[in-house]
Amino acid sequence: MGMVMIMKKNINIKIGIILITFILLLLVIGLFYTPYDINEMNHMETFQKPSFDHLLGTDNMGRDIFSRVMVGTRFTLFVAICTVLGSAIIGSILGILSGYIGGIIDELIMRVMDAVTSFPGILIALVMVSVLNYGQFTIIPALCIMFIPSFTRIMRTGTLQYKNSEFVDYVKVFGATGFRIMIVHILPNLFPSLLSSIIIGLSNAILAESSMSYLGLGIQPPTPSWGRMLYESQAFLFSSPWCSIAPGFMIMITVIGFHCLGEGIRKKYC
Amino acid sequence: MEKQNGIKTLQVVILVLFLTTALAGCREKAATDSVSDEANADEDSLVIAMINEPTSFDPFFADSADTRSILFNIFEGLVKPTKDGELMPAVAESYETSDDAKTYTFVLRNDIKFHNENLVTMDDVIYSVNQAIDAKVAGYDNIMSVEAMDENTIKIQLKEADNEFLPYLTTAIVPKDYTEQATKPIGTGPYKMEAFTEQQSLVMVKNKNYWQEGLPYLDKVTYKSVADGAGALLELKAGTVDLLSVEYSVIQQLDSKEYSIEETSSNSVQLLALNNNYEPLKDIRVRQAISYVVDSQEIMQTVNKGYAKRAGSPVIPALAKLYDKSLDDSYKKDVGKAKQLMEQAGYPNGFDLKITVPSIYQVHIDTAQVIINQLKEIKINATIETVDWSTWLSNVYTDRQYEATVVSVDGKNITAKSYLGRYVSNADNNFVNYHSTEYDDLYAAAVKEPDEIKRNDLYKQAQQLLSRDAASVYIEDISRLYAFRTKFTGITNYPLYVLDLSTIRKSE
Repeated sequence: MGMVMIMKKNINIKIGIILITFILLLLVIGLFYTPYDINEMNHMETFQKPSFDHLLGTDNMGRDIFSRVMVGTRFTLFVAICTVLGSAIIGSILGILSGYIGGIIDELIMRVMDAVTSFPGILIALVMVSVLNYGQFTIIPALCIMFIPSFTRIMRTGTLQYKNSEFVDYVKVFGATGFRIMIVHILPNLFPSLLSSIIIGLSNAILAESSMSYLGLGIQPPTPSWGRMLYESQAFLFSSPWCSIAPGFMIMITVIGFHCLGEGIRKKYC
Repeated sequence: MEKQNGIKTLQVVILVLFLTTALAGCREKAATDSVSDEANADEDSLVIAMINEPTSFDPFFADSADTRSILFNIFEGLVKPTKDGELMPAVAESYETSDDAKTYTFVLRNDIKFHNENLVTMDDVIYSVNQAIDAKVAGYDNIMSVEAMDENTIKIQLKEADNEFLPYLTTAIVPKDYTEQATKPIGTGPYKMEAFTEQQSLVMVKNKNYWQEGLPYLDKVTYKSVADGAGALLELKAGTVDLLSVEYSVIQQLDSKEYSIEETSSNSVQLLALNNNYEPLKDIRVRQAISYVVDSQEIMQTVNKGYAKRAGSPVIPALAKLYDKSLDDSYKKDVGKAKQLMEQAGYPNGFDLKITVPSIYQVHIDTAQVIINQLKEIKINATIETVDWSTWLSNVYTDRQYEATVVSVDGKNITAKSYLGRYVSNADNNFVNYHSTEYDDLYAAAVKEPDEIKRNDLYKQAQQLLSRDAASVYIEDISRLYAFRTKFTGITNYPLYVLDLSTIRKSE
């Protein structure tokens, strides 16, 4: 079935691709051009309503919100993608090992994962950020830990499914090592579910990054990130709502976009 | 399958919408009470929004500034601060200082009563002073002995001479052996506490026996708990709250016919603290260059929309007798001069500077963002590192492991010492690591000087020295704004963080 057919049949993928393309477009344009310097302040032009001069208005220090949202895309997505890829890699390794070897190793890995999950995610991340010291991107390993357990679980369940299947038995007879079975024979079969979890993970990571910035951690000012912008604008929520709406809207459509994409892929292949 | 997916997507959309709004700070306050509605029916009562509730009312252990502000109306010391930064007798009727500034003698009022109707006796006063010594209240470690001379004269003997000891004696006088101060405070102040319900309200009523004639005006004052500033504002508009402290950004939404705004000072000086031990900042010329390029006026306009007073030294401008007004114009913005100084110091191409800012204070983060832009003009590449408050206290304030920081520093009481003492070379709280024997000598001379005018003059010279050496960049005293219904008037601006309820009255 061709890509076009998939898109026609799968409304989720369609919506997802449209939204994500929009975000990526904004990101790419932001790399080369923004209407204003993102840090240019002007105390004569604070709290300007959206207009042709400032498409999304200006914030409390007279900075152009549209420019900041464009540049914020970069940092928000960077953190989200690094977080999800990192935790997907570590989670996959742990999950496959746990599922394939089983026994005490399985017990050990899964109980550690249970322990990690039993803490509120934000709390773990907060502790990590304080232990690892502050820095522009310490938030990435911190969020990684939060996301590892879900990948581990998904990969473990998948491995268990294939571990005792006939094709694995066959290659065992041919003398394949455990390592080879895990990498060459089991992993490729898990790719579709891994891919959709990665994409759903991305949307979760964006929300997590936003809430961390919201707590004053993560991306440091004056560098804009959507979460940070949302946090800084909350004091003006009633007097100048456009300061909050722009970043909030961006988070919303990105999360919905990724979610639809992930959901669509899952539905298609799993 | 298709339908299920549709529902799931819808769920996600709703969830995301919900999360985004939640993130934007729309916290709903659970269990809103009806206390204020009843209070509003009563003509002479005032409802104040309270965001930070007191955890204890014990005056010797009040740790937060908000609690101290409330306790100011319940308790009084032997003396009491006035709005001009002076002191007036309170529980004491008069006082005398010995020439060597070691003995302080107080004559007590004989008709002053606690809220429980008992007269304040000599025993109560001695008990209170001893309690404060045990609780390690600031300044009290200098007390050697406290004793009764006769039935209403008391003598406090100091270990070391101190011309400015009186301000410490604003500490509360409490009834002897009364052990429930933490929950049911009893003092001599203009208001007495009637009821406190956590997460709801704190009700105070007029002290009918109050020693100052005609005060307080209002019969009843209620502090009503609110979740946050946004919630408080909604209550003000709904009429369930009469007075609250607000951000400048909400002023424009308030109709000036219905609401008045009172601008008072926050009584702390915001500064760009420079660690004088950090390599490039060790050089006085670098610090001066930074001072020339950091434009306080621009910060006051951009960050605070003009709701701030320029402060050119660590002393708050409200202490008019102490603050050296001429320092307002020290370091007028001069990029040329700054560049020249940077060149002389050997940094024509600038350097990297990390500004550590406590993350709970958005105003300091905003200020740092303006400063970053300004420092670019002399090629200093500054970055912000936000840290939580406890990390800031331990790393920056206590351990002094930082390069620069933006923070507001206040004085716990209205003495010059509490503002200038920290710049003495070996002071525990000299977190900017300023070292100058010239300053140390000047400060020591000022502390010893018995004559007030000469003493204040020496303190002014000390401020000039700090400015000359650019110990740090002093920026502003950010205003504290109160919004209240026009039917009330009489908010008094103190050089302390207090809200004096006794002078608030209904406007004619």
